[in-house]
Amino acid sequence: MNTEFIVLTAPDLVLASLLVLALIGLGARLRLGLSLTLTIAALRTTVQLLLVGLILEAVFTEAKLPWILLIVLVMMIVASWEILARQKRKLKGWWGFGVSTFSLFVSSFFITLLALSFVIEAEPWYTPQYAIPLLGMLLGNTMNGIALGMDRLVQTAWQQRAVIEQRLMLGQQDREAIRDIARDSMRAGMIPTINAMAAAGVVSLPGMMTGQILAGSPPVEAVKYQILIMFLVASGTGFAVIIVLQLITRRMFDSRERLRFDRLLRTPR
Amino acid sequence: MLRLEDLQIPDMETINLTIAPGECVGLSGESGSGKTRLLRAIADMDEHGGQAYEEGVAQDRIKAHEWRRRVALLPAESQWWFDTVGEHFNAHTEHIDALGFDAAVMNWQISRCSSGEKQRLAILRMLANCPRVLLLDEPTANLDANNTARVETMIRSYVAEHNAIAIWVAHDVEQIKRVSKLRFQLNDGRFVKVWPV
Repeated sequence: MNTEFIVLTAPDLVLASLLVLALIGLGARLRLGLSLTLTIAALRTTVQLLLVGLILEAVFTEAKLPWILLIVLVMMIVASWEILARQKRKLKGWWGFGVSTFSLFVSSFFITLLALSFVIEAEPWYTPQYAIPLLGMLLGNTMNGIALGMDRLVQTAWQQRAVIEQRLMLGQQDREAIRDIARDSMRAGMIPTINAMAAAGVVSLPGMMTGQILAGSPPVEAVKYQILIMFLVASGTGFAVIIVLQLITRRMFDSRERLRFDRLLRTPR
Repeated sequence: MLRLEDLQIPDMETINLTIAPGECVGLSGESGSGKTRLLRAIADMDEHGGQAYEEGVAQDRIKAHEWRRRVALLPAESQWWFDTVGEHFNAHTEHIDALGFDAAVMNWQISRCSSGEKQRLAILRMLANCPRVLLLDEPTANLDANNTARVETMIRSYVAEHNAIAIWVAHDVEQIKRVSKLRFQLNDGRFVKVWPV
């Protein structure tokens, strides 16, 4: 790969940070109440990314499997936690965490594995330069899909409890009674991904492709990678949302096809 | 025949009851006495102890949705989820005229139906499944005298024609006298036969 890219210096970043500072100043003046959140977010992004940069440099030079697996594990746990943190109501006990971790694992993890071994064919397959960014991109998107789909399913079922029970009273099966809601939730989980695919290149240049081009890759090479990522993200998100909806639906009803909202917990806000 | 055997519902005494085919049983009691919970337990919509049999078939021997097709619960407030009336009916419906509608009712928009119309339509929708047992939770609460009489006549003739069973929850003792020969009452968790004494 061509490495003739322009290296950013500390003063360059300071200049960019002045823009954010100006925004924070203006926000405070207009009493928009977002200065504190914005400051914290800007600090977090700086610290987190610098830390990740350091860790990745260390891992890339060493490329030891146990370390990579540890990073993967941390990424998955944080993603599951993030999904749960965004739910208004969730399954009680370990179910909530279990359902999101399991679906992330089955989709993101296996799809990354598949891509690494059969598509990219890096040597060795766990070469961190490929494995970690790939998994990161899949996890990020899958996580959003799961969080949106899960929240929609549980919230809508809660609001439409009377309708679901009416359908059960008329002798519908549990799956049938919740089918319309499940379909809506599937759509809610998939829409960001579908929109991203539909708008790619026309409305927005995807971040990863932009990064590669900035780093000096020929555009067509960057595009090929982007298409690969889009397909992986779409299938990963789709499978994950399907699995999550199936598992939650199963848990919301019992063996006698009764709605069991006592198995849900309201997250305090 | 509907048989309740040691039916257990929280805060209520254990219930044993047998209702013969063709019978309509009245059930009354103050608000919060558990009439709705009793109907929900018979329809297997809530967890409960004990067993219910319909024509000798135990509740937990068949799938829950099959049980609910035989033992239908009409809730006090009906729910509708599609745009038109007809979409909620999966089988051909008789008795449309008996409740004062004509066939065009199937094209009506749900959003334009009054609560009384919805209540009568909910009865038609339930009967389209040809249930053996009807659990009616205040089926005429939103109806005027004319339509109340229609519903009473229609349910009575359905029960007689199909040799079915109905449990009719009502506040109005006069109504229970009109539709049933037996009346039970729920008082502070006690299930008592009040009539005929």
